[in-house]
Amino acid sequence: MNTEAIKDLLYKIADDQLILGHRNSEWTGFGPLLEEDIAFSSMAQDKVGQSWQFYKILNELGESEPDTLAFMRNAEQFHNCQLTELPNGEYDFSLIRHFLFDTAELIRFNMLSESSYEPIALLSKKIKGEVKYHTMHANIWIKQLGSATEESISRLQKSLDYAMPYALGIFEASKFEATLKQDGVFEGEVVLKTTWLAQVAGILEQTELTMPSIDQVQPLVGGRYGNHTDHLQPLLDEMSEVFQVDPSADW
Amino acid sequence: MTESKNISPEEIKAWLEEVKDPEIPVLSLNDLGVITGIDINETGKVTVDMTPTFAGCPAMDVMQKDVESVLQKKGIEDFEVILSFKTQWNSNMISERGRKALKKFGLAPPPKHNLIIDIELIEHAKCPLCDGENTEMKTPFGPALCRSMHYCHDCLQAFEQFKPL
Repeated sequence: MNTEAIKDLLYKIADDQLILGHRNSEWTGFGPLLEEDIAFSSMAQDKVGQSWQFYKILNELGESEPDTLAFMRNAEQFHNCQLTELPNGEYDFSLIRHFLFDTAELIRFNMLSESSYEPIALLSKKIKGEVKYHTMHANIWIKQLGSATEESISRLQKSLDYAMPYALGIFEASKFEATLKQDGVFEGEVVLKTTWLAQVAGILEQTELTMPSIDQVQPLVGGRYGNHTDHLQPLLDEMSEVFQVDPSADW
Repeated sequence: MTESKNISPEEIKAWLEEVKDPEIPVLSLNDLGVITGIDINETGKVTVDMTPTFAGCPAMDVMQKDVESVLQKKGIEDFEVILSFKTQWNSNMISERGRKALKKFGLAPPPKHNLIIDIELIEHAKCPLCDGENTEMKTPFGPALCRSMHYCHDCLQAFEQFKPL
């Protein structure tokens, strides 16, 4: 198996989870209602914990310690898609992002449960059950608020239209697509995206929201190759502040 | 000093009965289902396999250290406690005794399931306080990764459920 290809896959998954996990944690104390405050905080804890497990596999493949990988890299060394690094904005945007991203993530872990690379398969089998709770949460709120009031529908629609080009960036092809598929590690972003489009459309159909015409949306890519928006570096600076001051601190 | 060649995995399992989930102190690791293997090799080395309940559960490190300190206390010198995903934990692995302990603690035990979690399964928890079934899920998330929050319309109390996973 091609270790470089596997590392590339692991980095993008782990970085997506760490960065969105951090964004989710920014809702702690600010949720629009207590239950949502707890939900975003719990999903943050899940995602950061899951990212640690993926960094651990990278560590076993010769990369640095999980904490070093999380806290000591600069923006251009991160492989997360740009969708995950965008600021939380208002609740409507956070909810739309959560829906679009976690729908893709659950499909990804379902696919990776069959991976020929055992550490990824075992971990994916485990965490797909956890992520199921995230998609369940997203779907409940999209269905409710996507059919509620004029304001909730128009806010969600606006966020959906804004987020879609970034969401398509989730599926930016890696330079290892063919190798990963050939080795049975991962079926690839194209398969993932096809399933994702159908599932997203399936939920939106149950609301007053309109699925953007995907053919006319220009995907915003680059994140997988270290090209990020200006929002990522300040997030990393804040996230690693304690570690930078005292790498041995326990908290 | 215990001669580990003469002890059995069953004895070690019995020792581990004293190790509880730090967040649910009535539940032993055996009953939680996170001890997935105990092996003693020909040189007497003891290997205990554990699997996390949730990938991000901060209590797992504590549980691993607690298992190590029990082995040390019993005089085992050569041991390893491995935390891995070789066996993936699911909530069906909580024992009957564990389920009773959860209920007594005030947490609704997770319903047994066929490994397909859907909204139907988690929405209708049975109230651990009054056994009422007229309950409502408030949120699938709670004060710990493994808990969801519910409200019982029979006894008018909020309660938590250990989530099915």
